[in-house]
Amino acid sequence: MIRFDQVHKRYANGREALSGVSFSIETGEMVFLTGHSGAGKSTILKLIALIERPSRGQVVIGNQNTAGIQARGIPEFRRRLGVVFQDHKLLHDRPIAENVGLPLIIADVSRREIDKRVRAALDQVGLLGKANCLPLELSTGEQQRVGIARAVVGKPQLLIADEPTGNLDPDLALEVMRLFKRFNEVGVTVVIATHDLHLIDRFDARTMSFREGRVLVPDAQTP
Amino acid sequence: MSPRAWAGRHAQTLVGSLGRIVRQPLGALMTMAVIAVALVLPLFLEVMLENARAATANLPQGFDVSVYLQKPTPSARTRALAEQLRARSDVASVHVVTADEALDEFRRSSGFGQALDALSDNPLPDTLIVTPTPAASTPEGSQRLQQVIAALPDVETVQADNEWVQRLSALLDLLRRVIELIGGLLGLGVLAVVGNTIRLDIMNRRSEIEVMKLVGATDSFARRPFLYSGIWYGLGGGAMSLIAVAVAIHLVSGPVAHLASLYGSSFKLMGVRLKLGIGVLALAVDLSWLGSWLAATRHIHEIEPT
Repeated sequence: MIRFDQVHKRYANGREALSGVSFSIETGEMVFLTGHSGAGKSTILKLIALIERPSRGQVVIGNQNTAGIQARGIPEFRRRLGVVFQDHKLLHDRPIAENVGLPLIIADVSRREIDKRVRAALDQVGLLGKANCLPLELSTGEQQRVGIARAVVGKPQLLIADEPTGNLDPDLALEVMRLFKRFNEVGVTVVIATHDLHLIDRFDARTMSFREGRVLVPDAQTP
Repeated sequence: MSPRAWAGRHAQTLVGSLGRIVRQPLGALMTMAVIAVALVLPLFLEVMLENARAATANLPQGFDVSVYLQKPTPSARTRALAEQLRARSDVASVHVVTADEALDEFRRSSGFGQALDALSDNPLPDTLIVTPTPAASTPEGSQRLQQVIAALPDVETVQADNEWVQRLSALLDLLRRVIELIGGLLGLGVLAVVGNTIRLDIMNRRSEIEVMKLVGATDSFARRPFLYSGIWYGLGGGAMSLIAVAVAIHLVSGPVAHLASLYGSSFKLMGVRLKLGIGVLALAVDLSWLGSWLAATRHIHEIEPT
């Protein structure tokens, strides 16, 4: 599903975020990326979501070399991807249902189909009763679940999350992580960047550690 | 996507952008007011110009030449002269006003009837009103005709007394050009004002646009609500300018009617014609949409999630 091949990433300010990273993630896997902030795990996710481009090396997502995706093709590419952010990135002037339905509205899905799938997604994260609330009327944990519902509403094959539990207390963090696990169990490939090692220990999933832009624990499946 | 669903989606965005304006009306009203101010001046001048054209439409047009004959000229000689002129290739028609007819006309219209009765004989000469052919209806053609006629025997004076009408008409043409120039400049102003407002709108909603792009929005999708905002700004600004001009016309119509009455005219100022009003609204919407499009296309392209 994901293959990084000798990927380097140097930002415009000269900072070398990734120095020759190679790994692959199989379809249906759940993988944690860990490391201190600045270790490169966020850069990995940005390269997967085409928010950034590699300075050198290849990033292949679902058999597609991202180097071949032009700027015009990025929206289409992102619609097949679910992304969850630490700060949720919800639109605060719109109700929960509209936030969750946003990817479908953008993809020109019919109104009826949107309603159906938004309800299903909200049901999966346990927020069906809050469909008409505004984001700020919800707790942080609930807002994060809205973010997850939005990420899965388009039924993506790949779900990536950057510190999704960063702002949550341990109980809520565990709850959110279980949610990801549930999506993984129905076949979605899940990649989560987190520095919460205690939380990782409670899940049976591969962990890749990063330090200073390199994979520290390459793990068995590195090519 | 079916055309109906597509139209529905656009209608939704249209209403949504209106909702946003209604929720934060102050900034939008300011923008509309600036658009209105830019449109008011050319629109008001245009209405005044139309009124001037209407007021002068009934004045004798064209290049008619009045030929006053010497006194006395026998009526047979007058008719002969008229025939001679009719035969010319640059003359369309000749209307003979005999001295008696002229006196009757003068008696009726001048109010000096009794004073005229005191005169022992008719002081007025026979007159020929010569209308040139359309081809000869130019300042030069008229000039040539006047020279030829003036050289004929028994002709006292030749007068092209409609020259001032032509000058006025030329002046109005000049005014029209000036209005177009002012309108063009102020139109550019509308583009800049709307473009700047939309740019600020986009800056304020930067994070929202980033989120949309992150979940797969194209530039044109993210741009759409701003284009609709532009349409509303134009519609609002255009409507405000029409109201302002209507008020201005109402305010000057009293003095204009008074002035006209002093000239013995019942002239009344016309308001904005329906067609002109619709045209102004359409122009305001077009300009505003274009301003939005330019700003939104540029600035939304620049916004990328980080």
